[in-house]
Amino acid sequence: MNWIVRNLWLVPALPILAAGISALAKRKSRVLAASLAIGSMAISFLLSVCAFAHVLLLRSSGQPTLQFFNFRWFQFGNEWLSLGWVLDPLTAVMLVMVTFVGLLIFIYSVGYMAHDDNFMRFFCFLALFAGAMLGVIISNSLLLLFMCWEIVGLTSYLLIGFWYSNPKAAAAGKKAFIVTRIGDIPFFLGIAWLYAQSGTLLFYNNGAGFLEHSAISHLLAQTTATGICVATGIAILIFCGAVGKSGQFPLHVWLPDAMEGPTPVSALIHAATMVAAGVFLVARVYPLMSAHTGIAAALTTSTALQAVTWIGSITALLGAVIAVAQFDIKRILAYSTISQLGYMMMGLGVGGVSVGMFHLITHAFFKSLLFLGAGSVIHGCSGEQDIRHMGGLGKLMPITFVTYAVGMLALCGFPFFFSGFWSKDEILHAAHTWNISQAPYYMGAFAALLTAFYMSRQVFYVFAGSSRTTEAGAELAHGLAAPDAAGHHASDHDAAGHHAPGTPHESPSVMTIPLMILAAFALLLGFLGTPAWPWFQSFLDGTPAPVNFGAFSSGGMIPVMLSSSVIVLLGLGIGWWFYGRKPIKSADAPDNLGRLSPSIFSALGAALYFDAFYGATFVKLTTVLARVSDWLDRWVWNGAVQTVTYTIFGFAHLDNFLDRHVVNSGFDEGCNSVSRGGKLLSMLQAGRVQGYLKIVAGALIVFTILLLWKARI
Amino acid sequence: MITFPWITTLTMVPVVGAIVLLALGSRNKVLVRWIALAFSIFALILTLVLWHKFNTVADGFQFQELHAWVPSLNIEYRVGIDGLGLLMLLLTSIVVPIGMLASWQIQQRVSLYFALVLFLQACIFGTFTALNFFHWFIFWELSLIPAFFLIKLWGGSKSAKAAMQFLIYTMVGSIAMLMSFLAIYLATRTFDFTELAHLAQSGQLMPAVVSTLGWRLFTPEHTAMLIFFGAFLGFAVKVPLIPFHTWLPAAYSEAPTGTTIILTGAMSKMGLYGFLRILLPLFGPQMQHVLTPLLWLAVATVVLSAYAALAQTDLKRIFAYSSINHLGYCMLGIFAVVKFTGGDAGLTSEKFAAMNGVFVQMFNHGLTAATVFWFIAMLEKRTGGLRGLHDFGGLRKVVPVFTGLMGIALFSSLGLPGLNGFIGEFLIFKGSFPLVTWATSISALGLLITAIFILGVLQRVFYGSLGEKWVHLPDLTLGERLTLVPAIGLMFALGLYPQLILGVVNHTAIQMALNLRNF
Repeated sequence: MNWIVRNLWLVPALPILAAGISALAKRKSRVLAASLAIGSMAISFLLSVCAFAHVLLLRSSGQPTLQFFNFRWFQFGNEWLSLGWVLDPLTAVMLVMVTFVGLLIFIYSVGYMAHDDNFMRFFCFLALFAGAMLGVIISNSLLLLFMCWEIVGLTSYLLIGFWYSNPKAAAAGKKAFIVTRIGDIPFFLGIAWLYAQSGTLLFYNNGAGFLEHSAISHLLAQTTATGICVATGIAILIFCGAVGKSGQFPLHVWLPDAMEGPTPVSALIHAATMVAAGVFLVARVYPLMSAHTGIAAALTTSTALQAVTWIGSITALLGAVIAVAQFDIKRILAYSTISQLGYMMMGLGVGGVSVGMFHLITHAFFKSLLFLGAGSVIHGCSGEQDIRHMGGLGKLMPITFVTYAVGMLALCGFPFFFSGFWSKDEILHAAHTWNISQAPYYMGAFAALLTAFYMSRQVFYVFAGSSRTTEAGAELAHGLAAPDAAGHHASDHDAAGHHAPGTPHESPSVMTIPLMILAAFALLLGFLGTPAWPWFQSFLDGTPAPVNFGAFSSGGMIPVMLSSSVIVLLGLGIGWWFYGRKPIKSADAPDNLGRLSPSIFSALGAALYFDAFYGATFVKLTTVLARVSDWLDRWVWNGAVQTVTYTIFGFAHLDNFLDRHVVNSGFDEGCNSVSRGGKLLSMLQAGRVQGYLKIVAGALIVFTILLLWKARI
Repeated sequence: MITFPWITTLTMVPVVGAIVLLALGSRNKVLVRWIALAFSIFALILTLVLWHKFNTVADGFQFQELHAWVPSLNIEYRVGIDGLGLLMLLLTSIVVPIGMLASWQIQQRVSLYFALVLFLQACIFGTFTALNFFHWFIFWELSLIPAFFLIKLWGGSKSAKAAMQFLIYTMVGSIAMLMSFLAIYLATRTFDFTELAHLAQSGQLMPAVVSTLGWRLFTPEHTAMLIFFGAFLGFAVKVPLIPFHTWLPAAYSEAPTGTTIILTGAMSKMGLYGFLRILLPLFGPQMQHVLTPLLWLAVATVVLSAYAALAQTDLKRIFAYSSINHLGYCMLGIFAVVKFTGGDAGLTSEKFAAMNGVFVQMFNHGLTAATVFWFIAMLEKRTGGLRGLHDFGGLRKVVPVFTGLMGIALFSSLGLPGLNGFIGEFLIFKGSFPLVTWATSISALGLLITAIFILGVLQRVFYGSLGEKWVHLPDLTLGERLTLVPAIGLMFALGLYPQLILGVVNHTAIQMALNLRNF
């Protein structure tokens, strides 16, 4: 076995080791923490590149590209539970992406967090996150994946609540953990079920893994008592975990709140990597997801994949609609992330692994670029996050502006030159030809229009016109800002507020260089997956990738491409019409779109009241159930016990009464004997516990001697 | 063959310690504490020797000692351990020093306090090693006495009531159990667990009991069931199963925290141990007969206690309910194992998983709950006894190390993978899901609610803005950190390499699950 396959565990282990060392080191050793985290990440990146090269080499020599290494973890009964890691094209691509983006964000964080008191803790958590995330990627066992998955959730919790003295950050961290855990509980049960049915949790194990043919066909052959195919049931339970982690409807509510964390965290965890873990999970267990018993195998889609598609399309549309009416620069991006994750799910559902994964990879680059750009903007504006109080930053922060524009155009899917175009177009094309329904295509296309619109709105607000950041104005308007935007100021200001307030400025080069590198990738990556040269798709699917410009004209490719181009341009145009035509003058002016229908706009601004709805239903229900349980405890269970006790006492008193007044005979004698006994006993019951204990000890000694003596016989 | 009486020695070590402390008196408090700790550490070392010498693949009991005691009544002094007994001995030996360290600041009647703790330890050791009902029951009952005084004399303001409730409650259960065993004894003339188990497996036990009792009013099935319920009640109160649990929150919260550690860490396992050692081998058919209600009791225990924990504002009450919740998973696992006793080979793997999961969960809960209460004790020590959820806020700013380490213990309690709590829960769910699907699915709700209240504790106590009162709260001292290292280290070790435990108990788990086969 190749060296890199055998030692693939080093890729996650190094960052975890770095986290462990910096957790034990002194709190002030800033340089140590940052250099450990960045150094370990750099080595992991190099190892990932080696792994990637190894897969490429195998591919070019025509060998199977999937290699794994399994080991025994623990024994129960007569079997061993094995874990392992796997190196295949999917792993390789994800490894390179996560280590590379992670490395850039680590470097950026050195600048962004430079003045934070808990600088060290930050890098410790970041490194732990990176290790766990890489663990998710290389796992060859659903159990190991789940374990890393939960640790990823823990680090997300810790980093969202990083500025823990801010109650909103603390609440957001808790919310994120709990909402994702709601998805993880069915996932956990799915694992238990899968283990019971297939007898293994390994993905691949020379034909014995559950993603391999024999196990899948075994799962397909079984049905539950309710008539659901076991494979479908398990697949949907596993998908629940992905819904929670990837912020899919209806569990998307935690992701916008997660923006309370420092911006590099939003970029790394809540845009590029962790939230994509759900998509990755679906891609990883794709053989199970897509398993179905249809006779015409090529024509039907499994129930699980239909669920994935529908959830994905709803999420794509929902996120885009809500993003239109947000004013917080990071919240716009958060809803955009939700929407794009929906696209990825949809892509997996309608097109397969390569379609969804291609968008995952391109999105990771341009969305982390956008978040880091937003971080640079916030940094430059001394912690301001409300786009109404920005404006005119294009001139003041040129590098941030240009790179942000690249990211924005990539996200919108600007035709031909930006990566987002190719990856999104592929999803739309697959949706267009989907055999179940056309609705996902139209939902996706409309969401694309909205994407172009809300991104141009944001860019016009932030970078165009003239600056609306006056200190007085900012302070004044802060009270007026949307409730969800309040409180951000305090948090990010702590990190970034070391400059003279008021004058926006370009960020230091430790922050801008990562921006430029990411921008380059946001431009170029798309060319790895064009229809003419679908290298990426063929790499994941294991098929040859010839250069064929004729592919553009086949299979309805051109109409879809043209229509999505038109949609993007239309969205940008509408954005310009509303926000770019006339410069926005005042931070207090109502939103130009909001003027059309204030009620709808404010409903969108409040994210369609999902939080309020959940608060009134699930949260309320939990509180009520907690009270009921407590009440049951205090009054019903304990009440029953008390009743029994009092009944017994009542009988005792009754007995006593009868004794005194009815059963008179021998009363005096009894009385005397009782009093004699009482005197004797009262000597014992002097209330001196030492007295008691001496008796207990004495009895014990006697008892022990007796015991030993008897034992000898 | 004459071998060294390891187990009797182990049981006697704390007894000797208690006598020494009582003789010494409380004049030199420091000396008393150190002597008590030394004895408990010595017991721990002895247990580790046993752990080392234990043969992990041998059938039956090891380190057995057998002596006739009351020959006329056929009562023997018989002790021995299998994997489960050994695991519980180790747990007790770990938990008791933790409880002592958490009681370090106790000032009144120091020698008596530590003597009672050691005496309690001896009783727990005795319960986990006895193989004859006669002295098993003596230890079981005797353990109530030190626990009662520990709660009553060193507890909070309502401790007298809580201690009395604890005593009477468990006593009622014990008396019911004693009745059942006297009935069994009358029929079989033996108290030996192994002999009784053999009788039960060959199907002779209950018919013999029924014919001896000869109660005309009841059918044989009902008589057998009555005998079972007597024994069941004793253990159900001890575990506890809802609705037999109302003594627990009061007792745990009123007891001095050092005692709470021993109650939850070691004593709460006595009930589960009884289920595994006595009820399963003897009353399998009866349990199977009423399995559905039993399962609902387990589910109610898991879910209601988690919800009840959510409603509490006293840290000790929260984790008292959390304890009930965690042991509820063990009950679920045990009942799941009972469900199919036939020769269905496909399900044996699940039964092995659930049984191992129960063992591991028992140990892990003991370790984690003890550590969590330890942190609460340290918090109380620093804040003059405050432990309300709303008394604090933002403590992380002033006590970062405390927060970090307690966070690890809390996440272990939450079942985070990589820490010890996860392994037991995973194995129990893995085994129970195919056996009792619906009960397991509903119980999974407990995992979610646990996360909610544990994160709630973290949020309320350590996050948010720091109150003026706590600005000078001292962080953990070096000594405290060093004493915490073994407990925290063990959490990581068992989370990452559970084979440490499973390698020792697996064989016993297999035997226990297989013995159920032959009804």
